Amino acid sequence: MTDNKLINLVNITKSYGDNVVLDDLNLYIRENEFVTLLGPSGCGKTTTLRIIGGFETPDKGQVIFEGKDITKVPPNERQVNTVFQKYALFNHMTIAENIAFGLKIKKKSKAYIQDKIKYALKLVNLDGFENRMPDSLSGGQQQRIAIARAIVNEPKVLLLDEPLGALDLKLRQDMQYELIRLKNELGITFVYVTHDQEEALTMSDTIVVMNQGYIQQIGTPEEIYNEPKNAFVADFIGESNILPGIMVEDKLVNIFGVNFVCVDTGFGKNKPVDVVIRPEDIDLVKPEEGIIKGVVTSLIFKGVHYEMEVHACDHDWLVHSTDLFPVGTEVGIWVDPFDIQIMNKPESEDEEAVEVEL
Amino acid sequence: MKLRNVLKTRTPKSPVHKSASGPNMPKAKWLSFPYIVWMIGFIIIPLVVIFYYGLTTSDSTFTLNNIALVMDPINLKALKQALELSLVSTVICLLLAYPLAMILNKSKMNSNSFIVMIIILPMWMNFLLRTIAWQNILEKTGIINTILNFFKLPTVNIINTPAAIILGMVYNFLPFMVLPIYNVLIKIDQDVINAARDLGANGMQTFLKIILPLSLPGVISGITMVFVPSLTTFVISTILGGNKIVLIGNVIEQQFRVGNWHAGSGLSLVLMIFILISMAILSKYDKEGSSLW
Repeated sequence: MTDNKLINLVNITKSYGDNVVLDDLNLYIRENEFVTLLGPSGCGKTTTLRIIGGFETPDKGQVIFEGKDITKVPPNERQVNTVFQKYALFNHMTIAENIAFGLKIKKKSKAYIQDKIKYALKLVNLDGFENRMPDSLSGGQQQRIAIARAIVNEPKVLLLDEPLGALDLKLRQDMQYELIRLKNELGITFVYVTHDQEEALTMSDTIVVMNQGYIQQIGTPEEIYNEPKNAFVADFIGESNILPGIMVEDKLVNIFGVNFVCVDTGFGKNKPVDVVIRPEDIDLVKPEEGIIKGVVTSLIFKGVHYEMEVHACDHDWLVHSTDLFPVGTEVGIWVDPFDIQIMNKPESEDEEAVEVEL
Repeated sequence: MKLRNVLKTRTPKSPVHKSASGPNMPKAKWLSFPYIVWMIGFIIIPLVVIFYYGLTTSDSTFTLNNIALVMDPINLKALKQALELSLVSTVICLLLAYPLAMILNKSKMNSNSFIVMIIILPMWMNFLLRTIAWQNILEKTGIINTILNFFKLPTVNIINTPAAIILGMVYNFLPFMVLPIYNVLIKIDQDVINAARDLGANGMQTFLKIILPLSLPGVISGITMVFVPSLTTFVISTILGGNKIVLIGNVIEQQFRVGNWHAGSGLSLVLMIFILISMAILSKYDKEGSSLW
């Protein structure tokens, strides 16, 4: 086992009644890493976080923390702290009392606690809020207090359970940068749970994409976005055209009867595959210059770009482009070979999961 | 009457207030009309009448003699006993109800409502019937002693003692303590408790520092709902106390029964003062001022 594996989840299985939430999950988290567990609701990401925090006990498997098995250790004896989705502040205490809660239980000296409160409030940009009550703070401020309350205990790992879920868009974006800054200043491990792919891409060192209790893919944001391992990941991270294709040979894929040149190899000959093409990777050109021809059927202005649908080969292709093509225009579709991503089809319809080699 | 008084003072943020200040104010105001009539007819007028009788003699001159009646040794003893018994009953109710409410809260299954129903079920029976049933159980030749006799065991003498009255109070008023406490407990976010655990608090510390303070509004509601009717009762003390134990409620009832409305009203006013004092003390501990039920 390498030294920098701070947390290691080994063969974790958890079910509620008949509902299997996590099925034989293996995952390790390195020291000083910003790891995001990303997936739709019910994918098991929050359960995973709660198992690390100690609020849930896995049915099978082990939680290893710094080489020690802590599967059965109660949450109050773990060196991790959690920031909860709905802040979970103690409404009957002042902000200072909230932040001091963990330190008082650890019987730290008064002077130490005072210093820590000051330091933590400064860190989350809320100096002078000591004597306010949680009720009198906005959602964003409450969430910062929740973070301050957790970090004064100097945890080795900070667990964050969709902490920005309840905030509005602008505040959420600001808080994303704050969290990155905090992580760098504190130099501790963050394990972050979210269903928001943009949040995950912005903040993470490593993203763990989960679905239906399985890990779909682990990788850096770039890897996850540019090289999704399967249709689920491609669909969940950003928008994409997921098309059925047949791998004719190495570097050649047939989509809707038309051959596209790609860069992928090693899939075998005439094998059915899923093809992912990001909408921003499709170039609209003159009809005769494209690989296939189509007609623009819808056009929406999105701010940075136009979102268009092009009907070609009996399929609606989603296209993002800064160039405007009015509805009804005949266009050609061109895709650069390296923008075509080929993936193995899941072995059966209901088994979307893939084994992930760490 | 006194109970209504309690309800009014303890729910400043009642829905009636909210809707009255809402956007549909004229309509909401119209809706509150029956309630206003009710308040005037059944709360304010009776109160005024009590004040009038309590502060006058039979020829309508002002006097404080009716109130001074409380200094009469017999009445003083009745008041003292009523305070003692209702206090003890309230404490016993609290000690029984809090763990019960916690158990109810912990059992998150659907049987939840079933357990709540079992607690409420006795309330569906007539209050008088329930109390008389206890009389039959506790009597010298009652059910308990019959059973004890059967096994040749020494009989017990519970009826007509303070213990019997406390038993009656606890039995009758326990649901009023359980429900408000249960009600605040279920509203405590599980993640708030998790947060305390996460920050290093063990089970006991979490209870003392988080759960107990957060449930205080319910505890205070419960105390009020048990203490006030216990303090003013005369039915329980009549049925289970015989004539041996006289509470202030009995004294007041006697005064009205013999037609002395002035003395009865005067003593009622004294009792009201005690209730107001106790509520003032309680409200100090209740910052939220919420959640009676």
